[in-house]
Amino acid sequence: MAGKTNRIGLEAVSYRGSKTTLCAGCGHNAISERIVDAFFEMGIEPSRVVKLSGIGCSSKSPAYFLGSAHGFNAVHGRMPSVGTGALLANGTLIAIGISGDGDTGAIGIGQFVHLMRRNLPIIYIIEDNGCYGLTKGQFSPTADLGSRLKTGVVNDLPPIDTCALAIELGATFVARSFSGDKKQLLAILKAALAHRGTVMLDVISPCVTFNDHEGSTKSYAYVKDHDDPLEEVSFVPFFEDISVDYAPGTTQEVTMHDGSKLYLKKLEDGYDPTDKIAALKRLHETQRRGEFATGIVYIEPDRDDFLEQLNTVDEPLAFLPLERVRPGREALEEIMESLR
Amino acid sequence: MLPTDLTVQENRAHGRAERVVNDFSIQVATVNGSGSQTANMVLLRSILLMGVPVSGKNMFPSNIAGLPTWYTIRASTRGYIGRKKEVDFLVAMNPETAKEDVLTLDPGAAVVYDEPLKLNALRTDLVFYPVPFDKLVGPVCPDAKLRRLVRNMIYDGVLAKLLGIDMALMEKALSRQFGKKGKAVALNQGALKAGWDYAEAKLAKQDPFAIEPMNETAGKILIEGNAAAAIGCMMAGVTVVAWYPITPSSSLCESLIGYMKKYRVDKATGKATFAIVQAEDEIASLGMVIGASWAGARAMTATSGPGISLMSEFSGLAYYAETPAVIFDVQRVGPSTGLPTRTAQGDLLTIAFLSHGDTKHIMIMPSSVEECYTMAQEAFDLAEQFQTPVFVMLDLDLGMNNWMSSAFTYPTTPINRGKRLNAETLKTLGEWGRYKDVDGDGIPYRSVPGDGMPAYFTRGSGHNAKAQYSERPNDYVENVDRLARKFETARAFVPKPAIDLRAGADIGLLGFGTSHWAITESRDQLREETDVSTSYYRLRAYPFTDDLATFIDAHDRIYVIEQNRDAQLLQLMRLDLSPDRQKKLRSVLHYDGLPLDARTVTDSVLAQEGFEVAKKDTERVSRSGMTGGE
Repeated sequence: MAGKTNRIGLEAVSYRGSKTTLCAGCGHNAISERIVDAFFEMGIEPSRVVKLSGIGCSSKSPAYFLGSAHGFNAVHGRMPSVGTGALLANGTLIAIGISGDGDTGAIGIGQFVHLMRRNLPIIYIIEDNGCYGLTKGQFSPTADLGSRLKTGVVNDLPPIDTCALAIELGATFVARSFSGDKKQLLAILKAALAHRGTVMLDVISPCVTFNDHEGSTKSYAYVKDHDDPLEEVSFVPFFEDISVDYAPGTTQEVTMHDGSKLYLKKLEDGYDPTDKIAALKRLHETQRRGEFATGIVYIEPDRDDFLEQLNTVDEPLAFLPLERVRPGREALEEIMESLR
Repeated sequence: MLPTDLTVQENRAHGRAERVVNDFSIQVATVNGSGSQTANMVLLRSILLMGVPVSGKNMFPSNIAGLPTWYTIRASTRGYIGRKKEVDFLVAMNPETAKEDVLTLDPGAAVVYDEPLKLNALRTDLVFYPVPFDKLVGPVCPDAKLRRLVRNMIYDGVLAKLLGIDMALMEKALSRQFGKKGKAVALNQGALKAGWDYAEAKLAKQDPFAIEPMNETAGKILIEGNAAAAIGCMMAGVTVVAWYPITPSSSLCESLIGYMKKYRVDKATGKATFAIVQAEDEIASLGMVIGASWAGARAMTATSGPGISLMSEFSGLAYYAETPAVIFDVQRVGPSTGLPTRTAQGDLLTIAFLSHGDTKHIMIMPSSVEECYTMAQEAFDLAEQFQTPVFVMLDLDLGMNNWMSSAFTYPTTPINRGKRLNAETLKTLGEWGRYKDVDGDGIPYRSVPGDGMPAYFTRGSGHNAKAQYSERPNDYVENVDRLARKFETARAFVPKPAIDLRAGADIGLLGFGTSHWAITESRDQLREETDVSTSYYRLRAYPFTDDLATFIDAHDRIYVIEQNRDAQLLQLMRLDLSPDRQKKLRSVLHYDGLPLDARTVTDSVLAQEGFEVAKKDTERVSRSGMTGGE
């Protein structure tokens, strides 16, 4: 029986990948499922997508969604540069990068910093469990102060807040979500697909094997109790026409690059995700209370992305024919004459 | 003429009676950052315009301004453009080094110097020409702020008169240098003339050195290897460049930016057919190149030793995941920071096996600026043909010095994009596997994102022929054996050596890169001075081609000439050669950071051949002025 098809006539199965090899119950698998849903619902052609990752549990996950898209599981912490190269070669590609908290916050912090600065059009997801899973549970740089390993070791270094860092560095779409919050994560992912520029999405994703115990601030139980949603996120792609039932006055509407609408139903007054300083303030406040602010923390929909700044021709550089990339004889002769 | 100089003239114990025409070296000693580079380029080009074969070598400190710099120009009737150790004509402008500069000259040399330095008191066996630079510059350069820069042009005028260089040609060289900057041209022309006039009025020619017109440089160009490589990259159709500044490779990418902005912007739209990104470090540079190549672009980076070290992990990824990459290594002296502004061939062994595990890389080795241009193009073809990194091994001497060359010729061959999947190949192949060896040459077919062909998952972890994750022992072995097979295939496609076999020669010389210029001159010295005949094998690539063994078999002794301490090329050759052939190998090593010169090669070969060689040390490694900079 044929399933439901999306606007380009593909079924959801076209967006699946190979079977996961991660632990049962791993938050990362839930994120892969939401990615499948988001790309399906947005009707994106899988062959236009490139999936990129570094090293770690998180970085394995691009194999588990969009099996018919090209993927590149690169080296530890260096996915941003590989992704940058791919988009320089072909700016028409839709890039999604999956990283982890160690892959981003430790070994990859340098490349992360410069990726955010450049505002490269890529969706960069941190599957954040506060620990190193593949090497059996060591602390990562996002582990919270005072959180405890299974072995009893306590983390006494402050965490890096990747969202605050990304805002500081110039990312134009910064969000935090929770792998267990299907509705919010899906809405954010769909909005991310409509954004032109760097999307930095930190998804708290508990590690069921090494970091889902009492005392861990990245356990399912802790996150459920301490999630502080900033707003209810609702996203309407430009190709849909549905009315939104939010009451005026409590809803902030953001028009995306492609004409899509992002509706953020405020859960409290005064929070404006287009205000950089307010966003940073909120992140610090919630962190002080031991909570996670989730939702779209910051958005700047209009800034030029890195590829626009480079002012390259509209066609992918990778596919330009020789006659467009090899100057003529007269050019070489002119250069030679200048050297005589 | 000053009285002191008369004394000197009379006391020239070793004075050369015969004139020395078009066959000597001029060294200009200045302070880094004083703008002497323009004056030196004008001098160099004016000699070229006289029709005389010429080369220029800059010996500079790792410093922005204030430390000593020496620029050496060599004129050679026989067209030798390698380094010559001896200085025949010194222009002493730097008070800090002037004394030592003069004391290390051979008897009979000539010195133009800044008059207040009073250098003529130091020796009686040299010819001295004092010039009051500060007095001369005032009237021709009213703006006091510019005098420091214009001052150097005066020595060009003095030399033009003393050596017989045509002033019209020197002025032509000057306008070449300044282009359309009319004011600068006028100002410097004034300085040139002031130098000439002073020399004509006050200095009597006493040295034997002269430049006379020849007809050996028609159509020749002067260019640095880095710029030549940049032109090659542009002609190869490079579209993505990612780089991080490092001496001595920066000028490769900077030249490329200049050329690309001029010749690779769409006239109609004003949009670029390229993307050049200054990355955050060398790791990211190679990461971007790999990402771009993976997505189908012709992509490159340029770096030097420290950058190569950082690129190790990514090089292994590109080797194992089989993505093309073109990497220029403009080698400098290591280890670590080493001597950033000095030349070496010390990265050979590192690069041959760069990265962990069983990894092997293709290296190609240009000797000339012309080969920088052609090999840059070959590098992209090889990288795409073999889906692997290709390292182009320049060195500082080649990359940053100006070399005389024939003009480059326009490429006539189509570019090789390698085995790319398309509707046709897909039909022929039937079932496609990204890492399947269909043709038996180890080279698989690849697709790239957005080309409409089937996708695959690229990874640096273990994979099978279908690019699926695999830890199966057989899959691993099959894959790395295929990679070894691919490397074997490359032997037949990398640039072939240039071999000059001499009948009856017992000795073979073997070298690569910039050693070539010293070796060719040394072969003449060996033949003319001691009647030793040699064959010559100029290596142009790794992996080695089959004719290496043949060459070794044809000779009794092979001198492997290279610019590093550990005989890296010889060690690399040993891995491929039988014990019998290994026994024939001997080493000529040079690693003091200065370009290799012919005399060093000749002396080393003769000493090992049992000749008595006079020991003579005119090296300047202990100079006080060469320390203290960072």
